[in-house]
Amino acid sequence: MRILIIGDGKVGSTLIERLSKEDHDIVVIDTNPKVIENAVNSCDVMGVVGNGASYTILKEAEADKADIIIAATNSDELNILACLVAKKIGAKHTIARVRSPEYSKQLQFLKYELGLSMVINPEYETAAEIYRILRFPSAIKLDVFCKGKVEMAEVQIGENSILDNTKLIDLYDKIKVKVIIGAIQRGEEVFIPKGNFVIKNNDIIHITASHKDLSEFLKALGIYKDRLKNIMIIGGGKIAYYLANMLSETNMNVTIVEIDEKRCVELSEALPKARIVYGNGTDQMLLAEEGIYDADAVIPLMGIDEENIILSLYANKHNVPKTITKINNSSLVELLGTLNTGSVVSPRKVTADRIVRYARALQNSEGSMVNTLYRIVNNKAEALEFLITDDTLPVLHIPLKNLKFKQNILVACIIRNNKLIYPAGMDTIEVGDNVIVISPAEQYIKEFQDIME
Amino acid sequence: MNFKMIFHILGKVLYITAILMLLPLIVAFIYGEKDTYIGFVVPILVLLSAGIPLEIFKPKNTLIFAKEGLTSVALAWIVTSLIGALPFYISRYIPSFLDSVFETVSGFTTTGASILTDVEMMPYSLLFWRSFTHWIGGMGVLVFILAVIPKTDMSMMHLLRAEAPGPVIGKLVAKMRLSARILYGIYVLLTVILIIFLVAGKMPFFDSVVTSFATAGTGGFGIKNNSIAFYDSAYIDIVLSIFMILFGVNFNIYYLMLLKNFKRAFKNDELRWYLGIIIISVVAVAINIYSIYPNIMESLRHSFFQVSSIITTTGFSTADFDQWPMFSKTAILLLMVIGSSAGSTGGGMKVSRIVILFKSVRNSIKSMANPRSVSSINLSGEIIDSKTEKGVLNYFALYMLIAVTSVVILSFDQYDGITNISAVLACLNNVGPGLRAAGPLGNYSGFSSVSKIILILNMLIGRLEIYPVIVLFSPLTWKRR
Repeated sequence: MRILIIGDGKVGSTLIERLSKEDHDIVVIDTNPKVIENAVNSCDVMGVVGNGASYTILKEAEADKADIIIAATNSDELNILACLVAKKIGAKHTIARVRSPEYSKQLQFLKYELGLSMVINPEYETAAEIYRILRFPSAIKLDVFCKGKVEMAEVQIGENSILDNTKLIDLYDKIKVKVIIGAIQRGEEVFIPKGNFVIKNNDIIHITASHKDLSEFLKALGIYKDRLKNIMIIGGGKIAYYLANMLSETNMNVTIVEIDEKRCVELSEALPKARIVYGNGTDQMLLAEEGIYDADAVIPLMGIDEENIILSLYANKHNVPKTITKINNSSLVELLGTLNTGSVVSPRKVTADRIVRYARALQNSEGSMVNTLYRIVNNKAEALEFLITDDTLPVLHIPLKNLKFKQNILVACIIRNNKLIYPAGMDTIEVGDNVIVISPAEQYIKEFQDIME
Repeated sequence: MNFKMIFHILGKVLYITAILMLLPLIVAFIYGEKDTYIGFVVPILVLLSAGIPLEIFKPKNTLIFAKEGLTSVALAWIVTSLIGALPFYISRYIPSFLDSVFETVSGFTTTGASILTDVEMMPYSLLFWRSFTHWIGGMGVLVFILAVIPKTDMSMMHLLRAEAPGPVIGKLVAKMRLSARILYGIYVLLTVILIIFLVAGKMPFFDSVVTSFATAGTGGFGIKNNSIAFYDSAYIDIVLSIFMILFGVNFNIYYLMLLKNFKRAFKNDELRWYLGIIIISVVAVAINIYSIYPNIMESLRHSFFQVSSIITTTGFSTADFDQWPMFSKTAILLLMVIGSSAGSTGGGMKVSRIVILFKSVRNSIKSMANPRSVSSINLSGEIIDSKTEKGVLNYFALYMLIAVTSVVILSFDQYDGITNISAVLACLNNVGPGLRAAGPLGNYSGFSSVSKIILILNMLIGRLEIYPVIVLFSPLTWKRR
């Protein structure tokens, strides 16, 4: 596919990196020649220097032949304009990053009246991700499939777990709750396990199950965390605003600590239910006074990654049950692996995930559709949800044990008529099924048939 | 909430109160009042047995913040009042426990409102304790603790802010403990000077001491049924009038004088307003009551005494001002509300708040007429920031709300409106005597239990300047966040 990326910033560069590996023809437009040079040197892409909303530049970048235009500059207006121009020139699909809360309220208008295929708001998406984790605090990360019917939770099983030295095939006998373990991270290694895989202490496991089964499984393991009541958000930026807005519908108490007085006033006007505290969020005395030791969750959302990390470590030291750290720089996320910071969210990864998922879905042949796609275990594996629509697929009606899958591919879940099937050897795949597949990231599964040898 | 620390502070307050209670016990020994021994010994034992364990077990986390400061101060005052009531109750001189509590709260809050119909039948030790509570309450138990405890690693500023009167709290010197010591030093010195003056005026020694205590705390418990009128001495009247006014002045000013910084001391706007209000009131009332008294000197003497007694919220009386003309009575009610200076031992709204209030109102009128004008409030050459200004306005609103609510609850009682309003104002402003049934010659024994509880709360709210008590009873404080 031909993909045109306008703006090589945080989200743009992540997208270039991810999409260029997937064998797309990528053209990058940015006003900064240095950034373009860098992109061309590091990835197999073409670069155009100039304003992405200008007709001549878009023509030069051959926007008329592009399948997808992704406008991710730091200006909302420019992104929308670039998409409109590209659309008129003849681009098939347009994706604009729009982050201002004012524009976000008119998403429907942007999509249907202006013909944008997708409008993505990194801060909103990040807030939504944090919200999901808060709703199920036992998990480090929680992804949902098939409109929430299936969830995949990333959980650290900790020291002295009853799962230590358990083979996956013996899991049901031991716990008496049906779940599928889709991926396991042990130190730097990632496994997509088979039945004879043996779990060890401190493994990070990715569990696929319904919400109810997941809760019961974690209760049986003794790592289930109760619902959170007092949420402390440090840093009152856009993510904090969206998140507090989502939480105001629940009965959680939200405290936001913000260093800018003017912003505090704005927040207190926009969020009447939240408690807004004016002060420096890295001041230990202030945090103590505002009750960090009594908080159930601490969410540092400040602008500087390092401060967020330190704050999370501090909260963990004081036994705050849940911390969710926002980190922009993805290389820091890998470094964090060795430190116990709890959950980590990265706005650019969340955004890139959404866009890549969209691109992947466009690519499928008619037979199967990628409904959902998540990058898991530090981008080392993918979890994909397919909707099977073609009744001529060769895999249909054959028991799974007779199918030859590629190395390290796991069929984690089948949803048929709203019922969840944890697949065993005798199960089959039928038309209309939603199938969740876990694969190593380097496989780039595009359509369902790709999972077969 | 750091409950352990709140209880630790409470422990300190309890055992210090026990030590202070030894003084009236000594008085009881001196006068051989055997029937009151037990009344003091029991509360002392209660205080020590509760206070010492709490004091010894020091929590690891000594961090306290505004919330803990406000609640521990309010709790400390309520607990000491309840235990301080025991001597009256156990010795059976005040048979009802509620009345004993009323009397003690009235003492500690320096109100001076009494439920006793005949003070003169009380034994010396109880009279001493009654007036001594004024003296302790005047400057504050916690400030006293700050002054005497060896070393503080606690953030005591929150405690001081909660207990000390006035809209803005200034430390005298960098060290909290030293500031508290200087305050108490000035306090003790002035009290001793007053005792000497009174003894020189041929007042009996015991009377001089307890009257000085009541004056220093601006409390106003008399030990005679007709208060200071009993001595019928122009000298005593004038000495007391002057000292009442002195105790109604911000103690920081005395510290400035001690440092020989007279210029800054007298540049204080609050002091000027305070003295100005007194002079105008004295003259106006003296003219108003001229017809009652034989000569102008006599009416000036009574006017001076009464005005000083009321504006400093002491509540001594040399004359039954309930018999005075309506204007004088109205002036007295107004003076009650105004009260003394911030940082003094007196009660009321405080002159500085009134000044800020007036300037704020003036500014708002100004900006109505000239919408583009920008104005600020200036007090003693310093700009009052809008946060303090808003705080004062809110304080006034809260104050009125409490006063009105109390009057409404009191209206279920047997008394007329003037009695109720004056009783609420007298208690809320820590004055003591009101008008009519609650007047200088009357007392509060006739009120129902509900009314007494409301008046007790009013006294505490008035002395602690509303917020600690409200915060203590607010569910928001206790909610874990």
